Amino acid sequence: YNFTYPFSSSISTANGSALVKIGNTTVICGIKGELTCPPSDAPNKGYIVPNVDLPPLCSSRFRPGPPSEQAQVASQFIADVIDSSNVIQKEDLCIEKGKLSWVLYCDIICLDYDGNLLDTCVVALLAALKNARLPEVTINKETDLAEVNTDKLHHLNVSKHPVSSSFSIFDNTIVIVDPTVEEETLSTAMMTVVTDEDDRLCMLHKPGGSALSGEKLQDCISRAVTRHREVSKLIEKVMDSFEPDK
Amino acid sequence: MRDGPNTHVGSMMDVAVSPVLALRKFGCEQSLLSRPDGSSSFVQGDTSVLAGVYGPAEVKISKEIYDRATLEVMIQPKVGLSGVRERAQEHCVRQTCEAALLSTLHPRSSLSLILQIIHDDGSLLSCCLNAACMALMDAGLPMSCLFCGVTCAIEQDGHIVTDPTSQQEKESRALMTFAIDSAERRVMMSSTRGSFSVNELQQCVALSQRASEEIFQFYRDSVRRRYSKTL
Repeated sequence: YNFTYPFSSSISTANGSALVKIGNTTVICGIKGELTCPPSDAPNKGYIVPNVDLPPLCSSRFRPGPPSEQAQVASQFIADVIDSSNVIQKEDLCIEKGKLSWVLYCDIICLDYDGNLLDTCVVALLAALKNARLPEVTINKETDLAEVNTDKLHHLNVSKHPVSSSFSIFDNTIVIVDPTVEEETLSTAMMTVVTDEDDRLCMLHKPGGSALSGEKLQDCISRAVTRHREVSKLIEKVMDSFEPDK
Repeated sequence: MRDGPNTHVGSMMDVAVSPVLALRKFGCEQSLLSRPDGSSSFVQGDTSVLAGVYGPAEVKISKEIYDRATLEVMIQPKVGLSGVRERAQEHCVRQTCEAALLSTLHPRSSLSLILQIIHDDGSLLSCCLNAACMALMDAGLPMSCLFCGVTCAIEQDGHIVTDPTSQQEKESRALMTFAIDSAERRVMMSSTRGSFSVNELQQCVALSQRASEEIFQFYRDSVRRRYSKTL
């Protein structure tokens, strides 16, 4: 494996942020909370809106203009990971049922693209969510208006810790963990496995490519479980080292 | 090859009877559109997808690949414009088709596959995959193997349902769609939602592989029926 360096960075205008580097791939994630009306079909929930941006800065393969297919696929992947893993209980984002809830905009921007984008994005998202602090909001009973108490900040309740592991597959024989961009383009198939701390799978994402046998699939899943332990240990270590400064 | 009352061009048949593996009624019709080079409509219960293939044709210079054909997949929803969700599905379908197609036989050309959703009642992605495979077959494009899509839903009590309806999808705890190849019954594509254990995954893969046998049999029957008519 390449080494992972997550940094809790300081985007002072965001509620939470993190800069993560896996190999050469660098990704920054900022989380901004806003107040909104909860969705009408689920009045006790809030929203989490992820967006992955691949600007021309990060690689010559991306052109300016509307988001590329890869950026849209990555955004959808992150949204699916959030939904499937329950990383944040959406009920926790509700302030007053049917009236007021939080919407968390998770903007993930890639600064340097050298493969394994999805893994890096998931680590950045998790680190930023753990780092995020939202002000306390109360609803004034008399005026019916929301009052924001910026002195009282509290952390989000991160209930699950999903970690994703990507594999480059070469014709059902060679499997490479944590691929670089060269390995990704040469491979015949890609696969991403997302696991949580209870060793349950949240996502098995294999968008086509060459077929994979059951044994290889099992092998990849066991590797993903081992990798989950390593990565979550690393995230915790970094988060702990940052806490005392605050 | 005549079979009595079933005289319309498309073929309908009930696949699967066993209690665990229950697929809905399948239906398929090929070459129903005149303009595309290959077309098909695939029906799974109330879910219905129409597919059209154009190509091999001239390719835009910017999209040209020097050693193989460029495949474009477009999924058109029933209402509104296609969004990020459709883009993710297109990505899955495209990469699956690319793996099955022998695109090196048509270098510097373009293939486009358009999937129009007629009605969504669950298992949409698997229906798209099936429609895509039938349309590619109808267009006569060279392929190394066929593929089919199978959706499995794990209910709250741990019971696995194959080919769920949208109601069953909503109530389910986890949902997985696999693309299985016809040569060795291996997993070509996988897309999941919700959390599940490794054991449940293995069960679903095994079940999908069994379901794929029935779908490939259905492919064979419907193609045979179609060609028995034209002769």
